[in-house]
Parts: sequence; structure tokens; C-alpha cells
Amino acid sequence: MLRLPDFQYHAPRTVEEAVALKVKHGANAAFVAGGTDLLPNMKRRIRKCGHLVDVSHIDELRSAGAFEGGLRLGAAVSLEEAASNEAVRTVCPAYAEAALLVATPTIRRMGTVGGNLCLDTRCLFYNQSYEWRKGIDFCMKADGTICRVAESSPKCIAVSSSDTAPVALAAGATIELCGPGGKRAVSADSFYLGDGIDYMAKKEDELLTALVIPDQTGAQSAYVKVRARGSIDFPVIGVAVWMRRRSSDAPVEDARVVLGAVFPDPREVPAAAEALIGRALDAESIRDAADAAFRAAKPVDNTDGALSWRKEMIRVSTKRALERLGSAR
Amino acid sequence: MSGNRVVGKPHRKVDATAKVTGRTLFAGDLSLPRMLHCKILRSHTAHGTIRSIDLTKALALPGVVAGLTGNDLPIPFGILPVSVDEHAVAIDKVRFTGDPVAAIAAETEEAALEAVRAIEVEIEPLAQIRSIEEGLAVEEPRIQDYGPRGNIHKLVNLEFGDVDEGFAEADLVREDIFFYGGNTHLAMEEHASVADWSPDGKLTLYSSTQTPHYVHRALSKVLEMPPARIRVIACPNGGGFGGKSDIFNHEIAVAYLARLTGRPVKIVLTREEVFYCHRGRHPVLMRVKTGVDRNGAIRAMAFDTLLDGGAYGSYGVASTFYTGALQTVTYDVKRYRFRGARLFTNKPPCGPKRGHGTPQPRFALEIQLDRIAEQLGLDPAEMRLNNLAPPNSVTANYLKIGTMGLGKCIEKVVEGSGWKEKFRMLPYGKGVGIACSSYLSGAGLPIYWNRMPHSGVSLKVDRGGGVAVFCGSTDIGQGSDSVLAYITAEVLGVDPMEIRVVTADTDLTPVDLGSYSSRVTLMTGNAALQAAEKAKDLLAKGAAKKLDVPAGELVFAAGRVFHAADPEKGISFAEAVGAAEALFGTIGTVGSYTPPATAGRFKGAGVGPSPAYSYSAAIAQVDVDMETGRVGVEKIWIGHDIGASINPTLVRGQVEGGVYMGLGEILMEDMAYREKRNVVHKTPGMLDYKSPTTLDMCDVETYLVEEPDPNGPFGAKEVGQGPLLPVPPAVANAVYDAVGVRIDEVPITPHKVMRALREKAATGEGRFGPKKFPSVDWGEPIAVAPPWEDGNGRPKEKKEDRG
Ligand SMILES: Cc1cc2nc3c(=O)[nH]c(=O)nc-3n(C[C@H](O)[C@H](O)[C@H](O)COP(=O)(O)OP(=O)(O)OC[C@H]3O[C@@H](n4cnc5c(N)ncnc54)[C@H](O)[C@@H]3O)c2cc1C
Ligand code: SF4
Repeated sequence: MLRLPDFQYHAPRTVEEAVALKVKHGANAAFVAGGTDLLPNMKRRIRKCGHLVDVSHIDELRSAGAFEGGLRLGAAVSLEEAASNEAVRTVCPAYAEAALLVATPTIRRMGTVGGNLCLDTRCLFYNQSYEWRKGIDFCMKADGTICRVAESSPKCIAVSSSDTAPVALAAGATIELCGPGGKRAVSADSFYLGDGIDYMAKKEDELLTALVIPDQTGAQSAYVKVRARGSIDFPVIGVAVWMRRRSSDAPVEDARVVLGAVFPDPREVPAAAEALIGRALDAESIRDAADAAFRAAKPVDNTDGALSWRKEMIRVSTKRALERLGSAR
Repeated sequence: MSGNRVVGKPHRKVDATAKVTGRTLFAGDLSLPRMLHCKILRSHTAHGTIRSIDLTKALALPGVVAGLTGNDLPIPFGILPVSVDEHAVAIDKVRFTGDPVAAIAAETEEAALEAVRAIEVEIEPLAQIRSIEEGLAVEEPRIQDYGPRGNIHKLVNLEFGDVDEGFAEADLVREDIFFYGGNTHLAMEEHASVADWSPDGKLTLYSSTQTPHYVHRALSKVLEMPPARIRVIACPNGGGFGGKSDIFNHEIAVAYLARLTGRPVKIVLTREEVFYCHRGRHPVLMRVKTGVDRNGAIRAMAFDTLLDGGAYGSYGVASTFYTGALQTVTYDVKRYRFRGARLFTNKPPCGPKRGHGTPQPRFALEIQLDRIAEQLGLDPAEMRLNNLAPPNSVTANYLKIGTMGLGKCIEKVVEGSGWKEKFRMLPYGKGVGIACSSYLSGAGLPIYWNRMPHSGVSLKVDRGGGVAVFCGSTDIGQGSDSVLAYITAEVLGVDPMEIRVVTADTDLTPVDLGSYSSRVTLMTGNAALQAAEKAKDLLAKGAAKKLDVPAGELVFAAGRVFHAADPEKGISFAEAVGAAEALFGTIGTVGSYTPPATAGRFKGAGVGPSPAYSYSAAIAQVDVDMETGRVGVEKIWIGHDIGASINPTLVRGQVEGGVYMGLGEILMEDMAYREKRNVVHKTPGMLDYKSPTTLDMCDVETYLVEEPDPNGPFGAKEVGQGPLLPVPPAVANAVYDAVGVRIDEVPITPHKVMRALREKAATGEGRFGPKKFPSVDWGEPIAVAPPWEDGNGRPKEKKEDRG
């Protein structure tokens, strides 16, 4: 079987302690929460860490609930807990939907809010054993120099495959970080960088402490995920939609459409939002928004499903997500 | 069957408690004192010549004890005597990415892994053969140095009657091309083996294998040791499905390393390595031509198949024949031609997976029949009923059919599913489809030519009332150990849970050829029945003497032996054994089974014959999402002609398991490769290689058709493989009923459905599937006259002038 390499395990009780441990062991250390992303990657030797700093015993990271009209979710809260939390379900049902669509029940019990936001980008050339990757002479993201899926690409285009990140962007969330230099908060949309290797703005030694979703009064959101099977699979495509309007026939005042599992970041599609803003949410505006989302996306052959089908599913999923909002009011 | 107390009843499996409490010892659970761990270096290149291989650095690493390279074991092995083309590790050439190159034994698995990575290998790349088309076209380089020419491993060309004449007489002739993609077994348990070398120079191999007897023979040959010094124990298999029925490199490697070091050596493959062992479903390109008259009666059929075999022979020659063998066993085909070729390609070797070589042609044939029915304006269920092969007949290709319950299977599913109210009548997007199939209950001939029994059982009864059954058969989860207990218990009138079943140990148990070909219940069952009857006979004589009644009037039941007319007059089973021991000495009996003679006398006639054929008919109901192309299978109604159930619960379990596996094949499973520069498996892991989860499984309604077959024990036929076969084409036909597009390629992924729907929107007709069949030089056919043309099963005399 594939074995985990040796590592030393640390279980700090406070954020400060965790950050200090990380600083002490530097690049040879990694934070770990549920381990459902990190450990498989370590088995495959695509992540090498001599020290694991477990953040799941830090009380401060383990609470979730209503916060200033919105929500505050501690980084170490499990996805299962987040999905079934009453406040989450009422304030931002799309987050609960997305969390509930991650992987399987067992993985959702282990996997966390923070881990899901920090999820490593994925690629069928990368999430493979050392032996397999040697067969393709490795790639830019691990042990190699060129991108195997797009050989002329100057950067890695591994895919952001988190289900909750698109919702975080759509809902205008903020991500709280704490590092050796202290605390800071960044908007979810500036947290992701669009590069498959350096995919997030979190500095190496910064701990993600919480996800904060602002006041959602008057807002609606939905998340639609297409996956290969009824369970376990990463998204083939994820679409989060968010909007504000006065009533069901009033024009849309503000909107965001965010695509997951297409780019190295969860990608907002402004053109899709523009197709909605100022118009009633009806078949026509939905179609225009879905077309805009479809046009924005250029998936490459590095995840589940045939390329042209994945692209087509962006249109269908955007439409279905918006239709859900239409019927919700 | 009313008189039976055990057989035909839903009894618990003998190994169920151990399984559900986690007490079953699989090969991977074994640990012996001083045990070493083995890892195999596998080729990173799909095709190349090994220029050099250097273990020096690897052997110098801490904890490393020994190594193995190709020259250490130069003798080849192979499951079929006609394709002996494998070595424990490659000698001069690597043939696919994942082909074993060297092996290391070390104190820990980690140390072995480090050492394997330190091995220095120089491989000079050779051109890679990536597909059926390339296998046909590329003469050089050859992947193997045998076979008729180039990269063709096997060519078959058989003709039973003049098909062209048949086509000329037909009212409608259709020719269609289909492709069935490859997929793998995906048994939960990864292959594992432990080899132990004893101080007196004997070898024991514990292995997750379905075929200990063949592994035993191969070890003896490759290690040049007498079989008597080798013991192979097949551990309970955590699923096999055909994936553990070959002889594997790692089994030979650990045996060699154990002998070399004098210490036990263990290997547990990773999931990725299991993908490289493969031996799964062959991708097959098919061209089918069928001629029918106005009523749909088949006049002639010509079947051409091209198999993507992968880099080694494995069971491939048999697989090739199977793609052409069983078409005639379901339907009455008066003239039949089969041409097939297996190509070597630089991929993991294909072999036998549940249904071995027959789901592919079944897919093609059943879809084509659906089209023919539509063209003739016939109900496809009715058309099939009118075409059934007759029971107790011999087919055009000389297969002897005994009982034949397909008609009843069709009637059951037609009625149960409400077919008549649904077919072509459900709303757009929903549809139903039907398909039928047949499978063998064990191959009529052994893998290596011999006249010995295919299965042997020995039975020991002791004066304490204990009964022990010994048989070489291997329980791979299907329940074969339980079947031995049920049959013995039935005859001897004892509780099946009291019987000790000892199986799959070449030192202790008589030979059984293995758990493949759906042969075990029929063959070991018959052997067990014979052994038990013999023991019963001895016990009855002992009891008769003691009770002073005629032996023929005694009944064995409920742990007692008593007089039929006066049940009070009797003794316990143990007392009966004691009485028999007093008369005859220690009581032990044996039973064995050899299948009846086969009818064909031409080259290739050995593949297809069976003592009994099972039959299945399935109706699938689907719901197609027109926006995503996703096919949701709502329900499958399946009728299976089992002959007689030894345990109906286990039979239903096999039916449902077959449906599940069939669904995986038709909806998603795909042994896909990346072919740019180097052929590598695209998704060698259980997350990315898609197989249905429980949420993707449909409802199943099973109907068992029981019409005892005289060749089966208590009338039983097979169920392990047959029920998978009708599922893929039934789903494909249902998709057509739902949305009017033909997907002539397995798997039916959403992408393909969308493509076909788009084509339909544009042109009025939608199809996704292969369009071309390469031209092949099939050579001269072996022509055999069918029985009704006064044929005798032998090839016709060659006509001097065919002109
Ligand atoms: C079979 C399988 C299926 C999956 N399917 C899905 C799916 O459908 N959708 C999906 O979104 N995900 C999926 N996942 C991925 C994963 O399970 C989830 O994303 C999960 O939420 C990760 O959380 P974790 O706590 O286990 O992360 P970990 O593995 O513990 O960590 C992930 C990464 O985040 C870093 N990290 C974790 N916590 C913090 C923190 N507080 N501060 C800073 N860095 C941190 C770690 O260093 C690591 O790099 C799947 C995983 C598996 C094995
Ligand atoms: S996108 Fe390119 S560089 Fe990034 S992981 Fe995939 S193959 Fe490697």
C-alpha cells in the first residue's frame, strides 16, 4: 500500500503556539486540520513535510455561528458541523449546500472550513504517485519544469477544486489570518491568486483562523455542483450565484457569479453579473448570464469529464443555480 | 426440490461471521516472524529495451536484504500454454508503463520503497503501439516475438455454414459497428502475497489468488522445484472478479526472494499497481452483420471483433474466442461466421473480467437486434422470444445446450416491468430497453490439456460426528465454501454450520482448477455430491446393521439416521459414523468431476463448451437529463435461469452484484490512457477511475427461473457472471427509447449523449460510436458445416477451387 512518510506531529492549543511552531520548522512544516487533502498528497510525495502542526485542537478555531448579521466560521470547524449549523443554514444556505456536497460523510467529518479554503489546486497530472509522475517526466507543480496539460503555459493551471470557496467569493466573505506579524483580514476574492502553484495570498506561516460572511439581509445565494458520481467526487464544475433584489419581480440590484473547478482560483465572472443587474431574473436574463459564464471559461483536460462537456456544464449549472434563486422567492 | 432441507434454502454463509467481525485473515493480514517486505520497481516507460540495470546503490541502503532482476529467473510462465510470455521481472524489454523491472526485499516496506527508487535502469525507448489500429498496422517493433505477424497475437476465422447465402436469403441485412471500452475489476482487496521458505527446503505461498493450482504449476516451473515441495494457499479473496485468476509477477518474486534469503517475504500491492496487473475487460471494436427474415428470424450472422490485448497474452486467446462463442447459445443462428483478432499494445494486459470476453459482443448484438426490431416494426421482446435457441440442441458452432430458460426470463421481466405499457410510450427523456444473454457454468475443457478431473473433493467423517470437506476451490466472496457445506450437509443430514470446510490449499486439498469461468458450484458441487453420497452409503450400511433395517430405508436428517417409516427408530449421526467405522475402518471418501465430452472437433472448439448454460434477460428503465446528458438508471428488472438455487439469497446477491458491475461498465468505468509521448494509465486510483457509489446504484428486481439442469448438482447452473451481461445493452437500448439517440460505445458518458443529442437536433438522427472498422487480412476460414447441414463438428475438406 501507499505509506505516509515519517513526520513529527504537534498539537498546539493556541493560535500563537501554532504559528510559533510553524515558524520554527519553516518550510519543512505544514498546518494540518482534517488532513483529508494534505495526507493523500504526502502519501504521493507531492507534499513533503517533516512536521505537521495540527490546528484542530485550538478552541478559538472551533466555533461557528451568527456574527454581526452574518456568520463567523472558525477554521477548524468540520464541514459536517458547518453544513448542519442552524445559523449557517439560514444566513447563507449556499455555504451549507456547498459544504454538504464535499466528498463523503466520513471526509466531511474530518475535513474543515479552513482546510477546504486552503485546498491545494488539483490536476490529473499532479495528484498521482511519484512513480506515475515519473512516467510523464514530472511537471512544473512538483519535481518538474513544464506544464504537462498545456506545454506552452508559463504557469501552472491546476484547478481550484474547493466547493466552499466559490460561495465565499459570491457572498463577499472575508478570510481572517494570523501570522508571526499579527492578524489581518483579506477579502475572499483577493485571497486566491489564479496561479496553480502559488494559489493563495496566505503567507506560508499564516494560519487561517476564520471565514467571515457579511450580513446577508436581502441577499440570495445558491451553489450548484456537477460531479461524476452521486458522492465523493470533486466538482467537475461548481457555480455559486449571489444576488440582491427587492422582490421576485424587481430588477436585480447586485449580483455575483463565481465559477469553481475551472481555473486555478474560484473565478468571478463580472460579465455574467452584468447580464443580470438591472434586469428582472427571467429566462432571458438567466440565459444571457449563463452564456457569459460559458464564454468566460477555458477548461483544460486535467480533471474529470470530457473537456467540451465540462464547458457546456458551466452554462447548464449557471442556469440551474439562477433558476433556483428565481423559484426561491 | 421439496424434499431438501438445506439446498434451496436461504442459509447463512459459513464464513459470514468471520467476515463481518473482521476476523477473516486476508493475505495482507498475515505476518510471520523475521518477515521481509518486497517492493517492485515498475517501468516508467511503455516500451523499451533494457540497456542496463544496476542494483548496487539499492542493495547498499540500510535494511535492504536482497534483490531480483530478470536474469535471475529466466524461465517464462503464462496462464495459457499457448502464450507463455511473462517473467517474474522483465529480462530484456519493458512492454508497458507498470511492467515489473526489478524487486527488492528489505526489513521494512519503507526501506524497500527507498531501495526501489535507488535502482538505476537504462531503457532505450522503442516506438509505442497505442491502439487496435496501430496494433494491426505496425509490423515493427513487435511487442512480443510470437503470434501470426507483427503485433497480432491471435487470429481466428471460423465459418459455420455459408453466411453469404444466408444474407442473400434474408429480407433485411444490417451491419453495425460498435466499440466496448476497457474497464477493470476493482476488487476491494489489493493483491497480496507472503512466501515462506522452510529449513527443509520447502516453499509455502499464501496469496490472494483465484487459481492456486495454476500458481502452483507456474512456481514449480519458474523456480525449477518439484511441485511436491511447493504449497500454495489461496487466502480468502477480498473480491476477485477475474482479476486474481492469473499468475502474477509478484507471486513469483516473493517466492524467489524467500528462497534466496531463507526468510518470509511479503508484498501488498498499491491500488495503482493493481491497475497495472489489470487482466480486465478487453476493449473490443466490433462489426456485426445480421440477416433476418420479415418476422425477425435470424438467417445468418457474421461477427468480427478486434481486441486491444495489452502487452501480454494472459487469457487473451480464450478471450478472443469468447467474443465469438456464445451468440448462438441464446438465439437460433443457422449460419454463423466469426472472425477475431487480438492485438498487442503497450498497455497493461487485458484478460478475464466477469463475463470474460462476452459482454462486448453481447452489447453489439443486443443493440443491433433492437434496431432490427424497430426496422421491422416488431416488439424487441417478442422478436427475441421468437428467435430462442432450442433446449437440448447443438448450435451451429457445436455448443451443446441443455436446459434453456431464457424464454421464461423474458416473460418475467416483460411482465414485472410493465414493458408493454412502457416501451415507446414513456414521456421524452424516459425509456426502457431489453437485452438477453447466456453464460457458461464452467468451461468444458481445462486450460492445459489433460484428461483428469476438473474438481476433486475429499470428505472425512469421524466418530465424533465431525464432517470435514476438502477441496481446492477458492472462495472469492461468492460463497463457494458455503456451497460445499450446504451440499454435504444436505446429503448427510447435518447442519451446514457444523461442517468444517478446508479449501484452496495445494498440500491439503484435491485439485480444483480455480474460481473462474463460473465453474465452481457446478463442478465442486458435483464432486462434493459424489463424495457425500459415498460417505452416506457407508454410514447407511453401518446404521442399517445397528438398527437392523435395510440401508435403503434410512433417512439422514437433523443430525440423525433413522428409519423412514418409523423415525423413532434411529441413531445419532455420530453413532452412525461409529457403526460404519466398526464395519469399514476409518471413513473417508472422495468425489470428482469431469465435464461431459464436447461436440466440436475444430481448432478453437475448446472455447465455449460448458456442461450447462445459464440465461439472463434484463429490462432497464432510464431517465436521461437532456441538458447534461446524464443517464440515470432508475430500475433494472432481471430474470436469471439458475437451474436451481443452492442458496437463493446468495444467488440474488450475485445477480445484484452483476447488475451493479454492469452499470459501472455502461455508465462510467474507463481504462483510459494518456498517449502523448508515453502511454500511461490516466487514472490509476479509486477516486479518479469512476465506479458507481451506492448512490449511483439502481433498484433491482430479480426473478429466478428454476428449471433444474441434469448436469448441475441438484440442478444448479451458474450465476456469478451471467447477470452482468444483459445490463449494458439494456441500458443503451433504454437510452434510445428515452431520447432517440444510439450510443454504440461503452461507457455511455454524459458527453457522448450530449454529442448525439446535438447531432440529432441538427440532422434528425443522433449516434455516438465508431464509424470505421479497419481492413484485416483474416486469412482462410476454418469451415465447419453446422449439425443441420450434416456436419460432424470437423472442418470441411478444403475445396480445391472456391471459384
Ligand atoms: C476522496 C476525497 C474526495 C474529496 N472531495 C472533495 C470535494 O468534493 N470538494 C472539496 O471541496 N474537497 C474535497 N476533498 C478535499 C478535502 O477533503 C476537503 O477540501 C477538506 O475540506 C479539506 O479540509 P482538511 O481540514 O481535511 O484539510 P487538510 O488536509 O488538513 O489541509 C489542507 C491544506 O490546508 C492547509 N490548512 C488546513 N487548515 C489550515 C489553517 N487553519 N490555516 C492554514 N492552513 C491550513 C494545510 O496545510 C493543507 O495545505 C476530497 C478529499 C478526498 C480525499
Ligand atoms: S496544470 Fe500543468 S503544471 Fe499544473 S499540475 Fe497540471 S500539469 Fe502540472
